[in-house]
Amino acid sequence: MQGMSPIVKNITRVVAGFIVLFGAYIVLYGHVTPGGGFTGGVILAGGLALVVLAFGEEFARKVLTHEVAKTADSMGALLFLLVAVLGFAGGVFFTNFLPTGTVGSLVSAGTIPIANLGIGIKVGAGLFGVFLALAAFRRTTAGGKKEVDVLQSDI
Amino acid sequence: MDPILWILLALLGFMLIGSLIAIETRDLLSSVICVGAVGFGTSLVFLLLGAPDLAITQVVVEILVLVVLVRVVITRRDETHATSRSTLPVGAVLLSLGVMAAVVFGTLAGGGAEDDLRLHPFGQPRMTQQVEAAVLAPAGRPDLAPAGTEPASIGGAFLKHGLTADESSRGSGAANYVMGVLLDYRAYDTLGEATVIFVAVIGAYAVLRKVGRSRHAGHESDR
Amino acid sequence: MTLAMLPFMLAFLLLVAGLYAIVAKRNLIKVIVGLLILDYAANLLLVLMGYRTPPAGEAPVAPILTGGLAQADDLAASAVDPIPQALILTSIVIGLSVTALVVALAIRLYEKYGTFDTDLMRNLKG
Repeated sequence: MQGMSPIVKNITRVVAGFIVLFGAYIVLYGHVTPGGGFTGGVILAGGLALVVLAFGEEFARKVLTHEVAKTADSMGALLFLLVAVLGFAGGVFFTNFLPTGTVGSLVSAGTIPIANLGIGIKVGAGLFGVFLALAAFRRTTAGGKKEVDVLQSDI
Repeated sequence: MDPILWILLALLGFMLIGSLIAIETRDLLSSVICVGAVGFGTSLVFLLLGAPDLAITQVVVEILVLVVLVRVVITRRDETHATSRSTLPVGAVLLSLGVMAAVVFGTLAGGGAEDDLRLHPFGQPRMTQQVEAAVLAPAGRPDLAPAGTEPASIGGAFLKHGLTADESSRGSGAANYVMGVLLDYRAYDTLGEATVIFVAVIGAYAVLRKVGRSRHAGHESDR
Repeated sequence: MTLAMLPFMLAFLLLVAGLYAIVAKRNLIKVIVGLLILDYAANLLLVLMGYRTPPAGEAPVAPILTGGLAQADDLAASAVDPIPQALILTSIVIGLSVTALVVALAIRLYEKYGTFDTDLMRNLKG
């Protein structure tokens, strides 16, 4: 899959940072404002998908590789499981054992922000990896003919 | 209630028309784009019904689905010419599906179901009713029953008791009640959901990988 | 059927439309479209069931505490049910993952047979 024209590349350089920042904000403030781990993770995956679409397949093979996506996916799942197992400190599996501070501030609600972080990383990296596998790498058609890449654009 | 109901009905009608076009049209790209319209309509309905988390998630999920589906559809030329004759009798399928939906809806909407399973009218869910709090007493100890009335479903009970610690719950402390439900009250469901996503992603990788198929490449017959 | 049941009926019709597309269509992309419509209709039906009418003249109240702890009791009396919203939030992301899996299968089938038509796939041998 080729990249797109220089206009798209330059705008992506500016915008992709804001999209990733917005996704991180929604993940971290998930227990105070609308959002949370799933919403922020999907926004992160969308931002990374924008970068891969604008810069082409070579970028996906060199910088944001499939290995990075798979590793981040596993790390997010392990963080979530760690929070669950550490709940034994409160008595049973998966209790909310950290103190709940003042309602409405960033440091509150016990283990919920940490679990949000784990879910956000996991969902973002997993969906980005699936997007890479489905839409970014060139496939051959039956009989070995290379597929026609119509998704080049001029603007 | 009235303006919300009319806007809701208009959006649902738009989604229904979009889905019918998506199913029946011959061009695959138009079909995919109409599914995108249905998804965005769903997001507007979520926003109208007071569910902002769902609206944001639905919009971004819809964008990702559209990108993947458009990429899949555009770059593959289907060289076969499909005949318009279908192998299933379409009228029989539609009739049986319609009868099934009518029976299910009629049963749920108050035909013979008890009050627990009934589909309550739109706008008055079950948690607007109150039950005696004596039902919350531990089994065999009616003297320990709390006084007063409680909302009749766990949603109402969570709204009332779930935020701060009192004698009936530890309290989640999250100002966003939906996140409090997801990660404190029903955290097992979130663990199961993370597992399902993991398995689906691994399944997609396993279907699309190239390792292990190079042995068969030499044996493929020409077509 | 009163007017208050009409949103549920329309959501059921959307469900039936998605189910019809899965059962009766031959093209794999149409089957995927039917799966997506079925998914959206099921999520919509559950969120519709959790809606509570706000007091007259106001907007629907989302279950989020924006005014500090003092607002918690008012919110408990007028907010929309949070339990369906939490479950449907996970269901939306699961729907995306399952769609990705089904699209991966469709890509592999196209690679093998060169077509999206399931009747032709049944008659051709790989």
